[in-house]
Amino acid sequence: MKKKSASCWISLLSALLAAPAAAQSQQILTLQEPQKVVVPRQEEVRIPLKATIRPGYHANSDKPSEDYLIPLRLTWDAQGPLQPVEIIYPKPKFEKFAFTEKPIAVIDGDFEIVTRFRRPPNAMPGPALLAGKLRYQACNDRMCFPPKTVEVKVPLILQ
Amino acid sequence: MNFRLPGLTAFLCAALLALSGCASIITRGEPASRNARKAADRKPAPDFELKDVHGRTIRLSEYRGQVVLLNFWATWCGPCKIEIPWFVEFQRTFKDRGFTVIGVSVDEDGWDAVRPFLAARQVNYPVVISTPEVEMKYGGVEALPMSFLIDREGRIASTHVGLVTKKTYEEEIRQLLD
Repeated sequence: MKKKSASCWISLLSALLAAPAAAQSQQILTLQEPQKVVVPRQEEVRIPLKATIRPGYHANSDKPSEDYLIPLRLTWDAQGPLQPVEIIYPKPKFEKFAFTEKPIAVIDGDFEIVTRFRRPPNAMPGPALLAGKLRYQACNDRMCFPPKTVEVKVPLILQ
Repeated sequence: MNFRLPGLTAFLCAALLALSGCASIITRGEPASRNARKAADRKPAPDFELKDVHGRTIRLSEYRGQVVLLNFWATWCGPCKIEIPWFVEFQRTFKDRGFTVIGVSVDEDGWDAVRPFLAARQVNYPVVISTPEVEMKYGGVEALPMSFLIDREGRIASTHVGLVTKKTYEEEIRQLLD
């Protein structure tokens, strides 16, 4: 009896502990942790940001095909150690869903957003941190999810 | 070791249910419906008081005696845009039988986003702008569209998360009106 009760408790506790992890792993968009970037003197750098959208879901592209859709948007803190020059978003796919009359521009699966940065002439050498925000709005074929903003942090070494 | 801790067991079970509930919509990603046919199983719809586009107060409890389709939606939600013309039609068809739709927009930009949308689609039922408190009362708005069909006694008869068919809504409305 005691053995049965103990195993019941163990199952319950395992499930309890696993639930938040499962919820986290079920996020629609997962950002890959950016690796440390070494920034040479007086050079432009290209920093990729890699992310994955869960199968069956999509996010609107940076240039949605309908006015009402919320675009994918990456922004960098204005006071950061590097100046963003250009943000290159992934090429969208055009797909039709149950709720659209015609295909719309979306991204799904693995994708990469590349930012071109310029190093300001007065940037101090040493470690630094780039901070930004990735805002997206996701849907699947039957439902949509409120827009979300994910914090982005990229560690740098300024040479 | 003594494993007979009923209080703690109850707490852990409740916590587990709450946590699994949090992950449910996104985990499944499929439309979810809960239809309580038996009146005895229905829970009261939480009351709220919000302003409509004309500044009039919309209080859910004042619709007691009517069948209410409470629809959480947003202008950026594609599936919601499919349903809204159905709701306009239901409002026109069933209004005289004691039915109304109440739209609750979760748009962050509030009336700036919602007002032109309502005008363009000639929405003929009350629409209010949501608050975090109202969303919490309804279990949090994890996904849209999210609709609650409320009976004449102010109880939730069915819940739908995600796009379901027009026929599903229509059948449920007719059942509650009859």
